[in-house]
Amino acid sequence: MTEIISLVVAKYNYWLYIILMMIGLYAMIAKNNLIKKLVGMNIFQTAIILFYVSTGYKTGATIPIIKNAHGGHGVEAAVIHAADYINPLPHVLMLTAIVVSVATFGVAMALCVRIYQRYQTLEEDELRMRLSEK
Amino acid sequence: MNNYPAILIIAPLLGAFFAGLAVWIQERLAYPIALISLGLSTFASVNVLMAVIANGPVHYRMAGWAPPMGIEYRIDLLNAMVLVLVSSIAFLNLLASYKNVEQETHDRAASFYVAYLLFVVGLLGVVATGDLFNLYVLIEITSLTSYTLVALGDRDRGPLASLNYLFVGVIGASFYLLGVGYIYIITGSLNMVDVAGILPDLPGSSTVLVGFILCLLGVWIKMALFPLHVWLPNGYTYAPTAFSRVVAPLMTKVMVYVMIRLMITVFGLDYVFVKLHLSEAVVWLGTIAIVFGGVMALSQKNLKKMLTYIIICEIGYMVGGAWLGNELGMTGAILHIVNDALMTFALFLAVGNIVYKIKDVDYPNLSGLFGKMPWTMAGFVLAAFSIIGVPPTCGFFSKWYLILGAFEAGAYHFAAALLISSLICAVLFFKVFEICFFAPEGNGHSHDHSHGHGDQVIVMDEAPVASLVTLAIVSLALILVGVYSGTIVNTIILPFLR
Repeated sequence: MTEIISLVVAKYNYWLYIILMMIGLYAMIAKNNLIKKLVGMNIFQTAIILFYVSTGYKTGATIPIIKNAHGGHGVEAAVIHAADYINPLPHVLMLTAIVVSVATFGVAMALCVRIYQRYQTLEEDELRMRLSEK
Repeated sequence: MNNYPAILIIAPLLGAFFAGLAVWIQERLAYPIALISLGLSTFASVNVLMAVIANGPVHYRMAGWAPPMGIEYRIDLLNAMVLVLVSSIAFLNLLASYKNVEQETHDRAASFYVAYLLFVVGLLGVVATGDLFNLYVLIEITSLTSYTLVALGDRDRGPLASLNYLFVGVIGASFYLLGVGYIYIITGSLNMVDVAGILPDLPGSSTVLVGFILCLLGVWIKMALFPLHVWLPNGYTYAPTAFSRVVAPLMTKVMVYVMIRLMITVFGLDYVFVKLHLSEAVVWLGTIAIVFGGVMALSQKNLKKMLTYIIICEIGYMVGGAWLGNELGMTGAILHIVNDALMTFALFLAVGNIVYKIKDVDYPNLSGLFGKMPWTMAGFVLAAFSIIGVPPTCGFFSKWYLILGAFEAGAYHFAAALLISSLICAVLFFKVFEICFFAPEGNGHSHDHSHGHGDQVIVMDEAPVASLVTLAIVSLALILVGVYSGTIVNTIILPFLR
């Protein structure tokens, strides 16, 4: 039992992202309103972004701006230890992923507007009823 | 000379930019710009293929950054072939579809071309790139443009079909991204070849396993493998003709390419087949996809929707073949990427021509088409024979390799499914032929342009010449690729696999 607890605590970032992801997935599958589905989609994508961001973190490390990199005078140009700086690469990747998710969100919102203009509803069951009427 | 790998992607990208600008000046300019940029891209991809056949894989470093840090385009025989396929089909389709775009999305033609070019950029990039994260971004570029283009189609159903496609597509791409995250955690690299070099040092790592399965799941969602296929039929049916013609042959096939790339280059066949015991289950999935796709296609009453279920069936061929675990199966799967893209393209070209003349392609409306559109129907028949697998056409040869591979692997259920699907396709298409050929025209509600005149006389009323010429070229390609399939296998596929 204590082993499981320590496992959860040690890797809490992974547990959090999985919980968030499942909340998002649940909303996308189970919710009836299209906007709620969109919100679920956003939570789902954000969970993955948080997962990436958390993997770059190191205990006791600082932001990856190297001090005295330019014009360090002799002694001050200290040796750079990778352990002193968090890994910036996942963060940079996530900038791209954020752009992608915003673009997807925008397209989805535009589609919702089109659907609402055509059917005056965003509830899925009503949409299904309207479509089967025709 | 050395910049062809970049030109082939940048030409349509710049084309999209200039076509977008052209909207403000003169909207008619968008079409020639799109055509020229895709022509350039096709030219570059053919050159790359020649270079790769002559001198081996081409490595192109974006902005000169060395591979593990920078993004590398790595083009070997497999993706050089797929690049030629993608760029030439996109180019030919643009050539054929001018009138269809004018008819269906006349008020937004320029924006259609911009999105179309970006879609092609995404596909070409997915095929060319050698970087796992770059692959994700390019998959999303392809997907985003295809959502918007699907929504431009049918005014009632298009947006809703597109939104459902979007929800499923986002889940697929996110799973892939998550898988890449796991691979990055354990290897610290995103370059495919670099990752492939590190992975053998990590035997039995559960992180690698989870990463592989998540990537695979994401790609399967994107390629509409059977239980994950729900988005495809509506999305492709309600898309505008000019777009469904290009998305149906290319999108799913490019995703099959991604799966094969992950299996061969990144994780390695040794890992996939020897260390993991998944292959039998996946071959069963492929088998079920084939049977399910065939049965669903039989139950359809609309020509376009029927064809979308055939795509699902064909995906089963390729996934099953790739996972048979022998050279014959993999050869069949790779050859089928080319063949299926051509066959599906020919079918959708023909259907696009029919849609151009008679809006609604429900079965009852198709009567008398052989008299009305003989050339279109000739192409349709040839493509249908290829799907069924009649010998001189290309569909036969890849199916032959797949069946041989199935027997070698002892997967008799897969071989049986392939044969059954041939039978189902034969039934399907001869049903369509019967409606088009024998049923008399003009009874009941189908009053066309010639109402009032004698109903017995069938007036020939063909699609635009450009569409017909393209259909003729593709039909010829179906036979040529079939006749020369031995050459393709010996110069491209086998050297790649060995």
